[in-house]
Formats: sequence, C-alpha cells, structure tokens
Amino acid sequence: MKTDQSKGQAGTLESGDILVFIDLSVQEKGISIDLDSPSIVPFGKQIILTIKDTLVNLGIHDAYVKAQDRGALDCAISARVETAARRALSSTIGEVGRCL
Amino acid sequence: MLNEAGRVIPEFIEGIGPLKPFKGVFAGFPEGKMKSPLVPYVTRDTEKLLPSLRDAILATGLKDGMTISFHHHLRNGDFVVAMVLDLIAEMGYRDMTLAPTALFPIHKSIIKHIESGVVKAIQGSVNGPVGKLASHGGFDVPVLLRSHGGRARAIEAGDLSIDVAFIAAPSADRYGNLNGSDGQSACGSLGYCVADAMFADKVVAITDHLVQYPLFPISIPQNYVDYVVKIDQIGDPSGIVSGTLKVTRDPLRLLIAENAAKVIEASGFIEDGFSLQTGAGGISLAVADYIRETMKERNIRGSFGSGGITAFFVQMLQEGLFETLLDVQSFDMEAVRSLRENPNHVEMSASFYANPHNKGCAVNQLDAVILGATQVDTNFNVNVNTESDGVLLHGIGGHMDTAAGANLTIITTPLLRGRLPMVVDDVLTVTSPGETIDVVVTERGIAVNPLRAELEITLKKAGLPVINIHDLKNEAYRISGKPEDPEFTDKVIGVVEYRDGTVVDVIREVKTC
Amino acid sequence: MSLKQLRRTALYIPGNDPSMLLNSGIFGADSVVLDLEDAVSISEKDSARILVRNALNHVDFLGAEVVVRINSLSTPYGMDDLKDVVCPRLDAIRLPKCEHAQDVITVSEVLDQLETEKGLDRGKIKIMPLIESALGSYNAVEIACADSRISAINFGGEDYTADIAAQRTREGLELLDIRMKILLAARIAHIDALDTVFGNVNDEEGLLAETSLIKQLGFDGKSIIHPRQIKPVHKVFTPSEKEIVKARRIVQALEEAEKKKSGVVALDGRMIDAPVVAKARRVLAFAEAMGLA
Repeated sequence: MKTDQSKGQAGTLESGDILVFIDLSVQEKGISIDLDSPSIVPFGKQIILTIKDTLVNLGIHDAYVKAQDRGALDCAISARVETAARRALSSTIGEVGRCL
Repeated sequence: MLNEAGRVIPEFIEGIGPLKPFKGVFAGFPEGKMKSPLVPYVTRDTEKLLPSLRDAILATGLKDGMTISFHHHLRNGDFVVAMVLDLIAEMGYRDMTLAPTALFPIHKSIIKHIESGVVKAIQGSVNGPVGKLASHGGFDVPVLLRSHGGRARAIEAGDLSIDVAFIAAPSADRYGNLNGSDGQSACGSLGYCVADAMFADKVVAITDHLVQYPLFPISIPQNYVDYVVKIDQIGDPSGIVSGTLKVTRDPLRLLIAENAAKVIEASGFIEDGFSLQTGAGGISLAVADYIRETMKERNIRGSFGSGGITAFFVQMLQEGLFETLLDVQSFDMEAVRSLRENPNHVEMSASFYANPHNKGCAVNQLDAVILGATQVDTNFNVNVNTESDGVLLHGIGGHMDTAAGANLTIITTPLLRGRLPMVVDDVLTVTSPGETIDVVVTERGIAVNPLRAELEITLKKAGLPVINIHDLKNEAYRISGKPEDPEFTDKVIGVVEYRDGTVVDVIREVKTC
Repeated sequence: MSLKQLRRTALYIPGNDPSMLLNSGIFGADSVVLDLEDAVSISEKDSARILVRNALNHVDFLGAEVVVRINSLSTPYGMDDLKDVVCPRLDAIRLPKCEHAQDVITVSEVLDQLETEKGLDRGKIKIMPLIESALGSYNAVEIACADSRISAINFGGEDYTADIAAQRTREGLELLDIRMKILLAARIAHIDALDTVFGNVNDEEGLLAETSLIKQLGFDGKSIIHPRQIKPVHKVFTPSEKEIVKARRIVQALEEAEKKKSGVVALDGRMIDAPVVAKARRVLAFAEAMGLA
C-alpha cells in the first residue's frame, strides 16, 4: 500500500468539527481544496485561507485537500488540517479512513 | 422606497401590485369593509357529499388563474395538497395561485406543478424545497409571505381573495360539519383554516372519516362548507402529530432556557393570572419546564397558555398551572387528546389568535412569549425567513404577531449555530421589527432592547448576565470571524408582509456562483 | 490577602471534541479539565493534542482555571502532550496514574524547561497529581509534598477500586480509605483535596449526598463529568448566610481580643480557641471567593 503513504485524514463529521483528507502525492503544483460546508457563503473564503495557511506553515506547498466542514471554527480547522498533514507526512499506513 | 424598518422595497411588483411600506408596528390603519363571500344557494334536496374529488372540483366552478387554499394542520403527513394539485393538473387547469397556510417538505412533489405552469404563484409560508426553488428564481411572481394573524387579516380584508378552499378534515359529516379531533388522521385544532372556510367563495371538505349527521363537536360548521368528499386517507398519522416532544438535554440550550425563565421571573410576570406562549422547540420546552417548576414552588395559578400546544402545556393545564389553553395548532397526540376531552382546552382560529384588524386577538393578552430566530441584529430586528446564505427556507408562523402582542417578547438562541453567528450587524431579512423584541437570551449573555431601559435595570438587579447587544455581536464575531453576506440579484423573489398588510421587507434572488 | 482559588468543580471536557472545548467555560465550573487521557482513544491522541493546543490559544474559558489532563509520562504520548500544551493560558497539568514523588518531579523538571523556552514565569504552571492505585494511595503524602508546583491532589475512584479489587457502589464506602489518605496528604502539603467523579449524571440526589460527605470530610471540591453537576456541587460548597455571619463574629471576637491583648477569647459566653477560629477562617475564605462576604 505504498500509495497510502502520503495520505492522511483527521477530524469527524460531528457538529462543530471538520473531516479533512489530505493527499501529498499530487503531481500538480499548489494546494487544491475541495470544500463542502454549511457556512460556505459567510465563511468559505476564510476556511480556505485557514487551510492554506496551516499547510504553508507546515512547509507544505503542494497538496490535494478534501474538507467536509460541519461548522468548525478556525482553530479546529487548523488543528484538523495539521493532524491530517502530519499523519500524511509520518508515512504511517492505515491512517486513512479511520475516523469514518 | 425606504420603510420604517429601514429596508428598501420596490413600489410595485408585477403580479402583486403596489406595495404599502411598513410604517411602524401599530401604524398601519385599516380602511373599508371586510370581504363578503358569495351568497350560497342550498335547498332541502342539495346533496353536499359528492362521489369524488373531481366532481367537487367541477362543482366549485374552478377556473384557470383562480386562488385555491389549503391548511397545514396535517403538517408533514398531509396528502391533500399533492392530491388536489395532481388532479387539477390532470384536469388541465393552469396559472393557479396557491394560498396554503404553510407548506412542508412532504409538499416537494408540487414543484413539478410550479415548473409546468399549473401553479403560477404562492401566497403563504413556504418551507424547505419550495422556498429554495423560489430563492433560485423558480417563480415569476414573488412568494407573498404572511404571518398566521396576517393571513387571517388578509382573507378577512379581501387582500387574499380565495376562490376555492380545500379543507382536509379528519372528521366530517355529509352536511359539512368538520372537526380535527377524531378519526384516523386526527390533528386536533383546525384553527388555521377557519378564515378560509368563512371567506372563500367555495369550500370543499376532504375527509377520511365520515360520521353520521350531526358531527360533534363542531369546529367548522356546515353553513360554511359547500361540498364534502370522502377518500381513503387524507394523511399519514406519523407525519401529522409528532411523538412526545422532549425538553432539550443539551447543557448549552438548557443554560439558555434557564436564563430565559429567569428573565420572565425577574420581570415580575409570574403571578396569578400569568399567560405564556412558547414554541415546540427544545429550548422553548425547557423554558416552560423551568417556569413550571417556579409556578409550582410559588403556588401560582396562571390564566392561559396559547399557540401551538404540546403535551407540556397540557400537563401544566392538568396541574392547574393554567386555567385554559388556547390552541391554534395541536403538536402531539396528547394535545389532540386533551383538546377532545378537556373543556378548558379551547380551539381558536388564526384570526382570534393573531389578526391585528379584528376586534381583539389573543396575542394582545399575552404576558410573555418565547421565540426563536435564524438571525437577530443589533437593532433587535429578527429574521426567521432566510438562512445565512440568503435562501428562503422558513415561514413566519406567529412570530411577528406574538412579538407585537405580548408584553414581554424573548428571543432564545445559541450565540452561534455551528460557526454561524446568530447575532449580526444586519439581518438579511426583517421578519419581526426590532421595536417588538424586548430581550435576546444567549448562552453568553442577555441583551435588552434599549427601548426597555427599565427592564434592563430590573434584570441587572436580579443578577442576570446582561450585555449590550453590540458586545454580544462582537463576541459572536470574535469566535466565528465576520460573516460575509451572500450576493443577491435585483430580482425580488419573496415579499414579507407585516401582519397589518404593509411590507416590512423583500427577499431577493441569491446569485449563484 | 488574595482570594482563595475556588476548586469546587473541575469539569472534564473530552479533548477531541471541538464544540465542547469551545463552550467549556460558559457553564461556570471553577476549573475545566481538558482531557487528553481517558476521554481520547489511542488512535486520536495526536489529533486531540493539537486541537487542545489550538483551543488553549484561541478559546475564551471565561475565568475558569484551565487544566489539561495529559497522558502519563510512561506512555508514548505524555511527553508530547506536555510540550504542546504549555502556553500562557494553561494554569495546571493534571497528572494521571501517580504512584511516586518522582512522577511529579519529572514533570516539574520538564515544565521548568518549557516555561523557560516559552518565556513563561517559572513555576506558573501547577501540577495536580491524580492517584489511581493502591500504591499511589499508600504514597499520597510523599506525592503531595513532592514539588512546590503542586496545587491540588485528587484521585480517580474507578481505577483505584479496580486496583484494590473493591466493588464500586453508589454510597462509596470502598473509597473511604483513599479519601482519608488524600485529605491528610493535602493538609500536610497545604494544597487542595479534590474528590473523584460521581458517574451517574441523572442521579442528582446521589451527587448531593456524596458532595455533602466529602465536604464534611474536608475536601475542597470534586471532579465532574457533566455541566448539570455544577449547580448541585456548588450548592453544597456554598456557606449559608448563618454560617458566614457566625464565622465573621468569631474572627471579629478574636481580633478584638488581640487588640485588648486578652489571652482568652469568648463569644456568647463560650470559649473560642484556635481550631474554632481556623474553621471560621475557612468558611470566610470560601465565602469571599464566591463574592458572598
């Protein structure tokens, strides 16, 4: 399962949380984000900014992120993104899908 | 033009006509006479029980472009709206105006009739899917939203002229006496459709429980009903009444409820003769629970509880905490049973309940009402119609009626739902104007309308966590970030009519990106 | 004299739940205990740690004492927990499964280092050892006196009763011995004694009875697992008006006697000796901290 080694997931679908999946094995440059959120109109831009900032602070510049938001605040979003990214970086197999 | 609620509204809307701007809560002064329906003609030999719905529709003389009405006492179990519209479509009618008291998710199936042109316009509350359709420009004529009291007023004043009213009747006799108390589809009160029965030109009762003449008790009497049709099933009982509604167990909502109850108590209203209305939501029930404890402890006998009635209020009636319940809508089986069996549990019509232009409505007698909101702003304006993305998703209910009538109007809401701040700079839609809202209770403080300065002092003295509404909003924004407003086109898709017939706000089409 | 730090209630908050973390301060518990240990599954230790770290930096805990229960340093998680959660808003570490003084000393040394690295005042972050075994109970005094950072000692009833092979009951007779040991240790070390949780959140009567018992024994507060347990516990720990008045009169009588340089203090015809005054002072300290005196 070598392909899993650059993927990580964190968070839940509980209210106030966000489920984040990150794939670092992307070919394209840059961070692409697929966001589903009940707050997309009032906070969509802010959520995307938080995800990008968190990744950049971890030194990650190329990634695919799938985020299913359930009304999480920035500090929770940032925590989940960081956890998913660290799990992806740590190359431990079997992290993916665990939270579902 | 700018109305008194500070909203910009058009002067004229195609398909609706000239709009009267909102001028203030009690400033809309009525003129003229009430509407009179057709003079009926019935002889000794007239057979009012017709073999089928089709026969009844033909007998009413229904024509293209007419207005037909429905009530929502069968809530999310209602089969009648879809059944009538399917048949009308099949019979080839077009351009009808629909005037329901409310639509529910179960009525999603009528969207095809809107798209095909059978239904041209809606005057009434729209919930869920139909509202969403409206917000994305699915109607040529904007949806006209009215409160329960405002709808009764509009019918009585002739603003909403109903050609044919279709009344789902859980119990009926062949001569057109109706009630909601008995039968397999029992729903309790039939309060919302009384004005329809009295003022529509033609009235068709649709029942699945036909009894020997005369039906007793009578909610809507024979002299208002033209035709009766018996069918197999008017609704799905599981969607008509809810199971026992539960007090919330969420500690955050309980904290809000406890603070709301303390506000009422500190305001000095909990004395003999106290009257109260709450919704059926978890926080509302919890407020009632706290008040019930207080009334018991202090041996208080209240006068009445009103509005949508739940098992909770029934219990308070039985415990002697209220003398009377005034019931416009029975939410659960226990309320249905109590209305049938307890003479102190009284059915009331929407007009009796909340019409500002009759000779006195029940909301004016209320001491306190507990209401919800999808947004409140720093001017205390409340929005219950549109979500934070600007989409029309909810009806008005009795919100603006009770807020205007009650002595103490309390909004209970978490400061945030998920990430969405509930207290904002400006509501997207004004449903109930700020001057009718006295107190906003959240888990992070209680804001009092500056118009009620004396109340603010009272609550502070009682040690309650009173906070300025701007500080409350800032606290919400500090936690969530400042929300961005949705973008709208210029097209008006909904008109929020105030209870007096003026326009308090309009809802515009959301821009889809 | 500064007000006594109230620790009537220490509300456990699961460390991996963003909503509960956000709202943990609004219920009025004296302390919130953000839990990285038993409330978090092994597979989520990393995510809870990061979430709690972020919450400490962004959430307003509204005046509550903020405590984090880390994993024991004998696990692979404890040291990472410590490194991540030390920050200006952190008041104390609740240290589980303590059995020896050295357990506390090790943590204290790590805190010395972390406080220096992060520019915090030395000794700012307190330690609250949690005793959960027969051995820990036996060594309670040495643990309580192990380090100047210790501000309170508490115990976990579930783990402890499992360790001593006792049955856990509603009445809690099986906890009598550890309660006494914890209390003695706390008094010897001049720190607070905190009681274990009462598990049935629907049994308010049971909670009131247990809280009355531990107050009678001398405890300063109790760990709780649900916001609805706050009010009953605070009620028990709130001195009555009558108690406050009496305590104030006792202290006044003493002060007047001291002014007069009189050796004997009497009030209403009864001798007031040192222990009576000490008890009165404790009542007043609680009352003052609650804003009642």
